[in-house]
Amino acid sequence: MAHEKNHDYHIIAPSIWPLVGAVSGFTMLFGAVLWMHAITPFMFWIGLVGVLYTMFAWWSEVIAEANGGDHTPVVSIGLRYGFIMFIMSEVMFFAAWFWSFFKHAMYPMHTYFGSEVEMPDIHFVDPFHLPLINTLVLLLSGCAVTWAHHALVHNESRKDVEWGLLIGALLGLFFTFLQGYEYAHLLNHEDWTFGGIDYYSNFFMATGFHGAHVIIGTIFLFVCYFRVRAGHFTPEKHIGFEAAAWYWHFVDVVWLFLFFAVYIWGSGPSHV
Amino acid sequence: MPADAQVHGHEDHHDPRGFFTRWFMSTNHKDIGILYLFTSALVGFIAVAFTVYMRMELMHPGVQYMCMEGARYTAAAAEADCTPNGHLWNVLITAHGILMMFFVVIPALFGGFGNFFMPLQIGAPDMAFPRLNNLSYWLYVAGTSLAVASVLSPGGNDQMGSGVGWVLYPPLSTSEGGFSMDLAIFAVHLSGASSILGAINMITTFLNMRAPGMTLFKVPLFAWSIFVTAWLILLSLPVLAGAITMLLMDRNFGFAFFQPAGGGDPILYQHILWFFGHPEVYIIILPGFGIISHVIATFSKKPIFGYLPMVWALIAIGGLGFVVWAHHMYTVGMSLRQQTYFMLATMVIAVPTGVKIFSWIATMWGGSVEFKTPMLWAFGFLFLFTVGGVTGIVLSQAGIDRAYHDTYYVVAHFHYVMSLGAVFCIFAGIYYWIGKMSGRQYPEWAGKLHFWMMFIGANLTFFPQHFLGRQGMPRRYIDYPEAFAYWNTVSSWGAFLSFASFLFFIGIVVYTLTRGARVTEKNYWNEHADTLEWTLPSPPPEHTFETLPKQSDWDHGHTH
Repeated sequence: MAHEKNHDYHIIAPSIWPLVGAVSGFTMLFGAVLWMHAITPFMFWIGLVGVLYTMFAWWSEVIAEANGGDHTPVVSIGLRYGFIMFIMSEVMFFAAWFWSFFKHAMYPMHTYFGSEVEMPDIHFVDPFHLPLINTLVLLLSGCAVTWAHHALVHNESRKDVEWGLLIGALLGLFFTFLQGYEYAHLLNHEDWTFGGIDYYSNFFMATGFHGAHVIIGTIFLFVCYFRVRAGHFTPEKHIGFEAAAWYWHFVDVVWLFLFFAVYIWGSGPSHV
Repeated sequence: MPADAQVHGHEDHHDPRGFFTRWFMSTNHKDIGILYLFTSALVGFIAVAFTVYMRMELMHPGVQYMCMEGARYTAAAAEADCTPNGHLWNVLITAHGILMMFFVVIPALFGGFGNFFMPLQIGAPDMAFPRLNNLSYWLYVAGTSLAVASVLSPGGNDQMGSGVGWVLYPPLSTSEGGFSMDLAIFAVHLSGASSILGAINMITTFLNMRAPGMTLFKVPLFAWSIFVTAWLILLSLPVLAGAITMLLMDRNFGFAFFQPAGGGDPILYQHILWFFGHPEVYIIILPGFGIISHVIATFSKKPIFGYLPMVWALIAIGGLGFVVWAHHMYTVGMSLRQQTYFMLATMVIAVPTGVKIFSWIATMWGGSVEFKTPMLWAFGFLFLFTVGGVTGIVLSQAGIDRAYHDTYYVVAHFHYVMSLGAVFCIFAGIYYWIGKMSGRQYPEWAGKLHFWMMFIGANLTFFPQHFLGRQGMPRRYIDYPEAFAYWNTVSSWGAFLSFASFLFFIGIVVYTLTRGARVTEKNYWNEHADTLEWTLPSPPPEHTFETLPKQSDWDHGHTH
């Protein structure tokens, strides 16, 4: 049938998912506003289900197309470009949090002439307890993913790929657990508040946004794990895996910046 | 459309796409481009209608139309007593800015023309990610819906809508009641997501899908302008998303990024906003530069002068756009050293911009210039954008900006570069390409009449605002003292004339699409319209370049 198409690019059939996704996105955000103003949480949840379902259905289609051979070499290059640029946009998103963090850390408002703001005594997190462990957990997870990647590229046993991914993803879960534990501890036992002053705002925004990315990356790794088990990847073609690994390393690097800037440098001279 | 049929297993060989499939499930860059153009025209109509109402109010001193007793629309009703409703004014001015910035000009130039013509000019069969392309469009529609919902929902002062200005500066934006502001924030989030996905798509298409032999410096200037714009979007919009997310947290979760009471800093918001906001200015105008280059070359019957410097000027403007943001905020109390830097960096932008202006003039120099409608728009653009650029140089001086900051001089300046710059580019593009897109041609006299109405109207609107600014009239006020009355009345008449020209334009489009003369030639201008879209039928078939173009189709050897 495709008698007219004489190129290797991917011409895609009409799809309902963009429309469904945008309507769901609208519903979710409108619902979020209603929820934030204590009117009703339901609209948000309906929208969220729609967004998640769209992601699932859309990416299932992409996987089916990949397995069906639509991802020719030139299309694969395009997918890589696309994902790299997605990560670049994420980097710029984090730039906003770091900008705010460094501004408030270096030029705090309560030191300005005439300021009447009184800063509470902040019980800083000791960076070399939980945060250091978290650093190691995340780096180790990155190693496990790299192990899986090498096993895949050099066509070693599928078991190595599976174990690498599984360990990587589980360590990601462990990181999230530790981070949640730290949040609970800070809020319940160290007199921290969620927001309230600039330091807590910056702390929770930057680490929280990073935490959300860890969760997304963990899901991405789990998806890859199941795709490996289903035999989707070959040593030559595994763009989904590559994207997950890139994303995971990006999350790693952001954490290192957070660790050094927010946790070590940001907690004052006592720890350096 | 066999490829689609193959995937979907449709059996219909004629046109298997029903109306819904074609326009609501599209994965076709040309159809999505058309959708963008129509939607942005609709939103543009709303945003322009707001300004007409604002100019009615500003026509005479005193408040006659926007009253607490209810909004009035006729001169007769305006006779009655009136308690000024400043909130309504603020809402309209905010909505005009947000709609024009995010939901009219970017979607028309980048989404509309970018989608339709960038792939065609580089000989690509479609965008790199056609489905994602449609998500960009629908997220844009969703964002527009949120923005309109924001105007109509409970906001500050126990009235509808949020009146904080399009820049959403705290503490006003963090303290305004109601949820209108939150809807506006999410509207910008969605439009940002739409633009970022679009940018990823454009960059990938540009890098990965150029016709065989088309090396980077053989790519037509419009495609280049879209490519550079896409980078600006990719790197600046996420920062804006961060800034407004912080606003949202401050408003709803007791965070204190910008709340002085919690140690937050409102000026920080201005920095982050303008780190996005200045590249945004170039996001708006760069695609227009691309269109103008093709129009001027075509109607001067000469290849564009200085192709290579033109490309590097685009790149330079894009790069410099990221390092000049604080010239929007000279008055916030920055150190002299900072002000000096931002002043210097800002003036440097005049160099690549000058390269472009002079290259366009040099293209016309010695050419056989033909004033068809698109060329009139390009000519108008060239003249008026230069005026806006020159007042920009004036405003870049921190010392002078002390006096001009937040006056009508600034309003005049940025409308000269945006309204008479970017919008003129949109019209130039429409008249240049409408025959290609629709297969029907506009009546030449009507296009010319539209141009002259708009040219006179827009200048009448905005030129007097320079005077008002120099007299010290501040922007964003519903009322003004008697002394400013004369030029405000002139400005309002200009706005009405511009609006009339817009209505006339809608008529031209409707006429062209239904009764316009059919276009029979592939290239209905001349051989200097030499990019790849002119090798295709008008309108182009659903799938273009099923067989990739050969180098001889597009390489005319005179691009540099």
